[in-house]
Amino acid sequence: MENIHLTIVFAPLVAAIVAGLFGKQVGRAGAHWITILSVGLSFILSCLVLKHLYWDGGEAQNYTLYTWAVSDGLRMEVGFLVDRLTALMMVVVTFVSWMVHIYTVGYMHDDPGYQRFFSYISLFTFAMLMLVMSNNFLQLFFGWEAVGLVSYLLIGFWFKRETAIFANLKAFLVNRVGDFGFILGIAGVVMFSGSLDYATVFASSEFIANQQIEVIPGTAWNAMTVICILLFIGAMGKSAQAPLHVWLPDSMEGPTPISALIHAATMVTAGIFMVARMSPLYEFSETALAVVLTIGAITAFFMGLLGVVQNDIKRVVAYSTLSQLGYMTVALGVSAYSAAIFHLMTHAFFKALLFLGAGSVIIAMHHEQDIRKMGGLRKYMPITYWTAVVGTLALIGFPGTAGFFSKDALIEAVKYSHWAETDALVYWIAYLSVLLGVFVTALYSFRMFFLVFHGEERMDKETKSHLHETPWVVTAPLILLAIPSLVIGWITIEPVLFGGFFGEAISVTTGHDVLVQVGETFHGSWNFIIHSLTAGPAVYLALAGAATAWFLYLKRPDIPASIATKFSGLYDLLDHKYYFDDLYIKGFAAGGRRIGQFLWSKGDELIIDGIIVNGTAKQIGRFAGILRRVQTGYLYHYAFAMFFGLTLILAWLLWA
Amino acid sequence: MIGLQHYLTVSAILFALAIVGIFINRRNLILLLMCIELMLLAVNFNFIAFSRYLGDETGQVFVFFILTVAAAEAAIGLAILVVLFRNRRSINVQELDTMKG
Repeated sequence: MENIHLTIVFAPLVAAIVAGLFGKQVGRAGAHWITILSVGLSFILSCLVLKHLYWDGGEAQNYTLYTWAVSDGLRMEVGFLVDRLTALMMVVVTFVSWMVHIYTVGYMHDDPGYQRFFSYISLFTFAMLMLVMSNNFLQLFFGWEAVGLVSYLLIGFWFKRETAIFANLKAFLVNRVGDFGFILGIAGVVMFSGSLDYATVFASSEFIANQQIEVIPGTAWNAMTVICILLFIGAMGKSAQAPLHVWLPDSMEGPTPISALIHAATMVTAGIFMVARMSPLYEFSETALAVVLTIGAITAFFMGLLGVVQNDIKRVVAYSTLSQLGYMTVALGVSAYSAAIFHLMTHAFFKALLFLGAGSVIIAMHHEQDIRKMGGLRKYMPITYWTAVVGTLALIGFPGTAGFFSKDALIEAVKYSHWAETDALVYWIAYLSVLLGVFVTALYSFRMFFLVFHGEERMDKETKSHLHETPWVVTAPLILLAIPSLVIGWITIEPVLFGGFFGEAISVTTGHDVLVQVGETFHGSWNFIIHSLTAGPAVYLALAGAATAWFLYLKRPDIPASIATKFSGLYDLLDHKYYFDDLYIKGFAAGGRRIGQFLWSKGDELIIDGIIVNGTAKQIGRFAGILRRVQTGYLYHYAFAMFFGLTLILAWLLWA
Repeated sequence: MIGLQHYLTVSAILFALAIVGIFINRRNLILLLMCIELMLLAVNFNFIAFSRYLGDETGQVFVFFILTVAAAEAAIGLAILVVLFRNRRSINVQELDTMKG
């Protein structure tokens, strides 16, 4: 088994090295063959691992491969923890990655950086696998940073575009803020448990929960709360939760395949995965869970609203990603970790599908991304159209699709969560956010869908004459992703949510086990659909959202503009993304620059250069300028000085 | 009776003259060399006076050595002087200030 694990992790790394360093030698075809084959191998082996753990009833494996360093008893190791949670993530990551690899062959066809791109996405797959398979915090952090690095490289893949460079710097800096919290959290873990190993840390979680820490002198906080919130700040950065979400929409500057892979399906879910993995810690801190829940709820609803006013096809999908990540975070907040991972999985499929579909549209439109200039693409691109139907229905949670099962179970979990009794305010914020979020999701999803595929054709004649379906390397992944987007929920909801699929990997304390309550009313997938049609407003909200989109953007396309002018204040607020960017760029970034400017001009130029370095030299120069006049060069002056000095010394010797 | 102190006084006067010669002479480099010779002679004077006073001939032997060395030194000094004059067309002390800081 260990060899299989090693192959899964390192095959993409080897492929990345070959495609990256020997790209010239292996050529374009060589680069895509080796990466596609190695990631495909990882995928198949990951399936084997999942099969072994689930169907064959294999034991979860936790072992150390290599001890990197031992410092003061703290072991820094490389090791794998492969349980069902890990196995599920491995399958999702390698599958989406594989699809994206194939799709890239078509999407990046004419790009001069072809080999480089394949090298990066394979490297990403390696980093993400290291992250999910880690059995200790240090390796988790390695994977965490490595995926961040590859994300940076890929957002700025077209490095000649100024906007891309801006976006990748922004993504990197915002993630730094999160990572700062994350590494402080890890430091907290080490401080209290003295270990980086998951098993040891989880074993001592009860001890940590009874500790106090004084971050600000005089205020004692629960150590577990502090650690969990710090770790969650890391998750906020990586999983783009408000207020650290600003980098994700801008990351759409990168090529579409990586938007699908990194910024929708896998990397951004690292934060969700991390919190689920840390469930034994989070379960001990009500406060941290409340923070998680509130942040998630805010993100789920308010970021969704922004999708309604966006006109760039990729940005609409990006905001929907933000919103869906918010949903997952909400699920974490109500201790429904399995529901979060379940939604993560279904979301990975249908969001990758939507992004790749958007990419297919972009190829057909000759890299035009403005949905106002599209329309009526249905008859030109039938495969893209039908897969987009599947993706959109799954996203809004149309009964029967994968997104329906995960989102509806998630909303049910919020509804029955223990927060109703412990904190009504948090409960209602979360519950209303996820419900209204459903409406908003359907509204922006179908707005985009109708504007792109239906209605009048608004593109120019030149583009229109070239419109045709994209090649098979693009459509094949679409179809392959559309299948799980349709059926994966139906098949897996029972084992994953209610069948104890995750076993020991996720721990929930007795008062928090909301999924058990939801499970009591669960009698098979079919009944679940009936149940939500009769019980919950969620499905009807989704349909209402879709109907509203139909009315506003197909039936009466004149209304949205008049709404925008009538509520111009609200529209401006949304159009400026709640002014987060302005606050960060004009506030933090400009403030930082101003501090830098001050330190440079006053601290460096004036004090260090001006006074300490050049000042000393100048003073010595001035002193020497005075002293040099003594050196006249005349012999008789020297002779006089010598004689005079000698006389003085003699006099001193004689009389003193 | 002419005693030791008379000799020493003459010697001191000679030495002082030589020094003053070095200080106030600003024209001729040869005069400087002569002043240095004069200093050596003043020192010789002392040697001889003390040698006589203490009844020890070593001082007188020493004087011979000094005279020899002084002759050699004068030869070298004059040789340098000639070279200097060839290079700079001047032996004016006031113009020799290349060591000026």
